[in-house]
Amino acid sequence: MSAVLDITGLCLRRGAREILRGVTFDARRGEIIALMGLSGSGKTTVLRAIAGLEPFDAGSIRIDDITLPAGPALHASQSDLRRHVGLVFQFHHLFEHLPAIENVCLAPIHVRGDARPDAERRGRQLLEDLGVGSRARALPRELSGGEAQRVALARALALDPPLLLLDEPTASLDPARRGDLGAILQRLAADGRTLVLTCHDDDFVRDYATAVVILADGVVVERGGARDVLAAPQHGATRTLLGADA
Amino acid sequence: MTRQLLRSLLVLLLIAAAGLDLHAQQPTLRWGGDAQGGAPFVEADARQPDRVVGFDVEIAELIARELGRTPQFVQTQFISLDQAATRGDFDIGLSGIEDTPARRQAMAVTTPYYEFREVLTVRTADRDRYRTLADLRGRRVGTLSGTIAYELLVDAERQHGVIPRPYEDDVHPYQDLENGRVDAVLLDNVLAIRALGKFQGLAIQPGTVATGHYVGVLARTNTAMRDRIDGILRAAMADGRLETIFRKWGVWNDDQPAFFANVLADAPITKTVIPDASRSAGALTRKYLPLLLQASLKTIVLSCVSMALAIAFGMSLAVGRVYGGRLTRTAVTTYVEVMRGTPILLQLFVIYYGLAEVVRLDASVAACLGLALNYAAYESEIYRGALEAIPRGQLEAARVLGLSDFQALRFVRGPQAFRLALAPMTNDFVAMLKDSSLVSVLAVTELTQQTQIFATNLGSWVIPGVLCAGLYLAMSLPLAHVARRLEARWKAPTAS
Repeated sequence: MSAVLDITGLCLRRGAREILRGVTFDARRGEIIALMGLSGSGKTTVLRAIAGLEPFDAGSIRIDDITLPAGPALHASQSDLRRHVGLVFQFHHLFEHLPAIENVCLAPIHVRGDARPDAERRGRQLLEDLGVGSRARALPRELSGGEAQRVALARALALDPPLLLLDEPTASLDPARRGDLGAILQRLAADGRTLVLTCHDDDFVRDYATAVVILADGVVVERGGARDVLAAPQHGATRTLLGADA
Repeated sequence: MTRQLLRSLLVLLLIAAAGLDLHAQQPTLRWGGDAQGGAPFVEADARQPDRVVGFDVEIAELIARELGRTPQFVQTQFISLDQAATRGDFDIGLSGIEDTPARRQAMAVTTPYYEFREVLTVRTADRDRYRTLADLRGRRVGTLSGTIAYELLVDAERQHGVIPRPYEDDVHPYQDLENGRVDAVLLDNVLAIRALGKFQGLAIQPGTVATGHYVGVLARTNTAMRDRIDGILRAAMADGRLETIFRKWGVWNDDQPAFFANVLADAPITKTVIPDASRSAGALTRKYLPLLLQASLKTIVLSCVSMALAIAFGMSLAVGRVYGGRLTRTAVTTYVEVMRGTPILLQLFVIYYGLAEVVRLDASVAACLGLALNYAAYESEIYRGALEAIPRGQLEAARVLGLSDFQALRFVRGPQAFRLALAPMTNDFVAMLKDSSLVSVLAVTELTQQTQIFATNLGSWVIPGVLCAGLYLAMSLPLAHVARRLEARWKAPTAS
């Protein structure tokens, strides 16, 4: 089975600083890949580049049949990207003026052109599935951190993308909530979706991720099964990371 | 040698002292008038603009001479002459001031010194169509606010359905008559005759709508000086000095000899009774209250329409400034700086009178447009700030979902910016309610101008001022209340 996501030699610089120096990895259907690395190693930048929020200088990103070219500006093909990639931001970035359900329905109605009743029905179902059905009419500022994350997840899933990116999804969750989140992610993967997430929490990664990609100084230094890599790190940077995390 | 020098020095000193003494002994006669469009009464001397000339100027000089004083001119807005005299800004007001019962009640008024007729001026083409006020049903008739002519028009509004258009000066009504913005002007024959020389294609109808007289006004308590001035005026009527002045300024006519004779013989003089002469404060208030309410409505409509336009245009400007290329940004910035950096009064004049050669905008349209264009500059700055205050994460979230820039603006950035802009916008709306009073210079009768007319006829600002303030508050307080509630409901989005 071919990869849903294929990143080859991704390079990205900001001014004189090289953020990514040839990142290469792929992700297959049903995988949950954890991008790990010290702060500043470029994890979030990789996610942003995949989501089409960062132009990059060299290399390529292919998602299904769409290839993002390197170049100084964001490319037109990025608008096709939207149906293929969903992104959940670390700080959610829910639309502050819209209730949860409207946050979820905005793209289906205005991007895909769904009829409002259909979009709302599906949106409510999504919120229901994620355990926040009762909060549909709440404004983002009225939601707890965990609730906001689920609404953001529902919003990202509303266009039913095969690839879902999550930036630090465990950062603001207590241990019980992390377990709930892990279960949700596993269910999504079981449905055939591919998940790529950045994470600092090796327990969470060990329990829920299928594979780990370790980033250090803008390159991938290690890649493998989550349990294997975390149990027996091969690279110095991985050991530092796990030691620093412990 | 030294003694001689000392002596001449002493002589010089004495002369200087005498000169000072002379000045000290010759007090001034401060007299008030309006030199703005005031020919042939009082106008700035074309050769020496800091001097005034006109027949009222010469009458003031005559009075001053007889009183042994030096005349000193005090420029005062026509409509405020009575109040300024009462306040003591000057001793006597002389500026084509009409003799009215209200004025006689509130002021010490001199003997009338000139008889004028209220006449209708129309475009030559309309000479046979609009002969009298009754022919002007549904038509706009211009005049000077706060005059007998305006009172006549208000009366004609009730009787014949004419639409009074009071201006703040006596030149622009004729200009607008020439332009076709009004269909007739009702004013003193002195002004009408002068206008014929200035504007093309105008004709004065032969009929006299009313007869009135010019007087000098003094503070009510200043009857002693008034009586002395009356003596001076009567003497000047008797010995022909007034006639000489009027002849010099081309306003002597067949009406004056009989009028002079009647004044000197203490015989009754021809005078048209002004409609609705009931001049008690209560009666006047009852008469003006509906007019004030009507003017308030005008103020509200004007402000709402102008604000709606200003918001729409201001938003486009802000979007141009935030999203546009360099050229657009430069153009928008220039517009904003020019509109904010020049007086709105100037902008109104340019739009209404300056553009009249190209587009002849209706006064209300010009007023709305002027206010809207000016306020749009301020609004655009508010919206720009609000747009830029929306966190980048919101825009990225919209982009990841596949919203186009325009959709992100419409559904995400714009609505949130609007909530941020609400409080400063409400402020501006309240300011607009009050700034709309500026459009009275375009003869749009809004609340402040109507109040001024009321105050002039009543001879006091107390009741009109309180009513006017009450009406403005009745408009602005609910607005502030609604805005506060909206704001509480929306709250400002928290930055993240």
